[in-house]
Amino acid sequence: MLRSVPIFRLLALAAIVLNCGLAIAGPYEDALKRFSADSFGETEIAIKDMAASGAQGALPALEALQAGRLSVAGDTVFYLDGNGQATDAATGSRLAGIPADGKVVRLNNRLRRALENALGGLTLFSKDPARRLQAAEALFKSKDTNALPGLEKAISAEPVPAVKKALVEAEAAIMLARPANTAEALGAIRTLRERGDQEALAQLNVAATSLADPAVRSAAEAAVAAIAQRQKLLSVVQNVWYGLSLGSVLLLAAIGLSITFGVMGIINMAHGEMVMLGAYATFLTQEMFRAYAPGWFDWSLAAAIPVAFLLAAAVGVVIERGIIRFLYGRPLETLLATFGVSLILQQSIRTLFGPTNREVTAPAFMSGNFDLFGLSIAYGRMWIIVFTLAVFAFLLFLLKATPLGLRMRAVTQNRRMAASMGIRTAFVDSATFALGSGIAGVAGVALSQIDNVSPNLGQSYIIDSFMVVVFGGVGNLWGTLVSAFALGIGNKFLEPVAGAVLAKIAILVCLILFIQKRPSGLFALKGRAVEQ
Amino acid sequence: MFKLSRRALLASTIAGGLALSAGGAFAQSGDTIKVGILHSLSGTMAISETTLKDVMLMLIEEQNKKGGVLGKKLEAVVVDPASNWPLFAEKARELITQQKVSAVFGCWTSVSRKSVLPVFKELNSILFYPVQYEGEESERNVFYTGAAPNQQAIPAVDYLMSEEGGLVKRWVLAGTDYVYPRTTNKILEAYLLSKGVAKEDILINYTPFGHSDWQTIVSDIVKFGTAGKKTAVVSTINGDANVPFYKELANKGVKATDIPVVAFSVGEEELAGVDTKNLVGHLAAWNYFESVKTPANEAFIKQWQAFKKNPKAVTNDPMEAHVIGFNMWVKAVEKAGTTNVDKVIDTLPGIEAPNLTGGVSKMLPNHHITKPVMIGEIRPDGQFDVVWQAKGLVAGDAWSKYLDGSKDLIGDWVEKKCGNYNTKTGKCG
Repeated sequence: MLRSVPIFRLLALAAIVLNCGLAIAGPYEDALKRFSADSFGETEIAIKDMAASGAQGALPALEALQAGRLSVAGDTVFYLDGNGQATDAATGSRLAGIPADGKVVRLNNRLRRALENALGGLTLFSKDPARRLQAAEALFKSKDTNALPGLEKAISAEPVPAVKKALVEAEAAIMLARPANTAEALGAIRTLRERGDQEALAQLNVAATSLADPAVRSAAEAAVAAIAQRQKLLSVVQNVWYGLSLGSVLLLAAIGLSITFGVMGIINMAHGEMVMLGAYATFLTQEMFRAYAPGWFDWSLAAAIPVAFLLAAAVGVVIERGIIRFLYGRPLETLLATFGVSLILQQSIRTLFGPTNREVTAPAFMSGNFDLFGLSIAYGRMWIIVFTLAVFAFLLFLLKATPLGLRMRAVTQNRRMAASMGIRTAFVDSATFALGSGIAGVAGVALSQIDNVSPNLGQSYIIDSFMVVVFGGVGNLWGTLVSAFALGIGNKFLEPVAGAVLAKIAILVCLILFIQKRPSGLFALKGRAVEQ
Repeated sequence: MFKLSRRALLASTIAGGLALSAGGAFAQSGDTIKVGILHSLSGTMAISETTLKDVMLMLIEEQNKKGGVLGKKLEAVVVDPASNWPLFAEKARELITQQKVSAVFGCWTSVSRKSVLPVFKELNSILFYPVQYEGEESERNVFYTGAAPNQQAIPAVDYLMSEEGGLVKRWVLAGTDYVYPRTTNKILEAYLLSKGVAKEDILINYTPFGHSDWQTIVSDIVKFGTAGKKTAVVSTINGDANVPFYKELANKGVKATDIPVVAFSVGEEELAGVDTKNLVGHLAAWNYFESVKTPANEAFIKQWQAFKKNPKAVTNDPMEAHVIGFNMWVKAVEKAGTTNVDKVIDTLPGIEAPNLTGGVSKMLPNHHITKPVMIGEIRPDGQFDVVWQAKGLVAGDAWSKYLDGSKDLIGDWVEKKCGNYNTKTGKCG
């Protein structure tokens, strides 16, 4: 900054002189030359000079720099546009081809901050309201006093109310950082108090401790107290939301188990591996989409659902027919056998795909977050909750309202009676196990969005899944739902107080005590139906 | 399965007894020199350790092409301790007593190293340990080719405190709950306090292994970071928990320009499973990055990708540590003219081997090595861009200068013949 000012003046002078003639080398063109030095210091000066030059080409060039599309080849600085065409940054004209020895200009965090600030000033008058909003946010953070005159002009010209609000807030933040008089400072405090979020709180905090004027100070302190109060309330709501989100993940992992363990009574240690297979099915589906239908990529997750279901269900049938059916009624052997199966599945996936994580990309509609009354909600988490509830509803419908569900319930409640009514119990066993496994596979599709797609994926969920099913009451779908959300919310309220490690222990202890008191869980099945 | 391993165990105990009574006379058997590789190929640590096994196989193959060592071919003996800490000790015993290896390259987690330590001391063998660790250790039988805290953690914090790194004033020390993060964070906390950082500007947070729900912690970090002072996160989060952590950071829109995260356990390999578009600018401190352009490194990457038959295979810091350690061992054996354990241990300090990023690393009397220190920023392609590098090589400290219990200790196996010499009292231990 200090160094850039005199250099800039010199360059500006040179530019004026030259402008009379050929108009080739201006401050902007000179700034561009600095990129070939490939040093962070030079790049920083270049960014500031480019922003100050006011040249036509500065904005697209800086934007390209921010996106990592600005390259240097010898003396030529160029950037690629959306179509992969190279444009000369100095002249703005298309280059015939992409220079072969082009090197992308490197950035570090400091330069990225400088870029954000520079672009904040340049895009205040952009035609796109979203860009203007970004500019306002950048200025809110940078508190750059030099931007104040431009900001005032932008506020009076702004047609979109939301953007205008952001601009006014940015102005308030700048003013509060270096207030000219009491009235101005008080106005700024009022604006920030209305904004009422973490960042406003941070700025008011600084003002409350640093400003000398007692009136301003007390106003800032009052505003801080008001916002802190609001944030406290919000954090309760936030915890509930986090709890619901964690609960939905628990439910998703446990819901398949509530069929195989809950309804059929099989202790299936390979349940987690069904989830893992579902995640790998998602990975494979995405690879297919990437290779054959990149335009439809956003649909890859939806397409992965049936793939994961069928794959996990097929493996489930093989396990049931090959191993478990010989072990009905011998829980200990089932446990050991399925544990062996889980190890075999893990190691075969490790051999097939390698031990390292596989990347599953989030489609556009699942990335990012939005603001709901000051609550930041991630799209991905929201869709997982929706998806979990949909899977739950589907399963409930299948069990309660279809002939297959009726047979499943009949067989598990009284096998011999069901058999004498003409139900093929062996077939129903396979179908039920396949359903439970398939649902676990579907869970893998969602979990691939938030966790590692690695051979170990399933292991981290198996204990939690059993916990949820046992707590909810074996054989009761609604119990599983309630217990998953209860455990999730309980965990999230304990975590800020006790830390993640202690919260987990505390939940486990509570669970053990609860099971001591009510061995059959939250919602016990009553009556003769339960064969012990 | 059970029977077999029990029989193997029995055999190994008998063989162990024999070897002991013979005073290690069988240390070299036949026409080959055996090198043990003790890395998990299954279980949770397989994700990191499998590549280290492969890199050792590649190095041994290459050395054999050059004619082996002392005119003999090297023979790799690979065992799988399956991420199971007691099994590490068992397998180490098998390597030393049954296979009679001349040296072992292995371990990743500190707990696995601690578990094999008594075996190496009892049977007197050599372990090369290639991973950055918490320090506070210097053993006669172990050579630490990974970074000590003063070669990774302290320089990273220094960088963030500098103007270049953003003048960070407020610190979140987030780690997985086990010995490496706890010790490192203890050292870092003491260091930060000594640099005048206030106690309330440090937030320490631990999470269990494989923690996958980071919503609360990330929002706590954001809250902590908006107190008006520049904030950074120092992450000693290990293994599987990293991917969900970074995904949550991206979800919450935490950008590196606002709150940078500097990680000590996240390298090229770990980032392979993450969409790095939203992580650009977050940092990692290592002694090696794949992106460093030197002829040695480019040759190594080429060789590795050819060995793996995968043009996308990435290299990382612990792999380079094995390259350095292996070359040092070969040089020491050639200099000593024997694979005799005691002679090799005495020869190793002072041995030099080039590292892959330019510069020559040297084995120090405390059994640590000199290393370059680099800070890299995550690039959109999952590689790192080196934004800062320490001047020259940094010598590894076995004992931290910032902890009360260890600031007077040094490890010196050349003159003092002990790993915990107290410079104040002039005594060992």
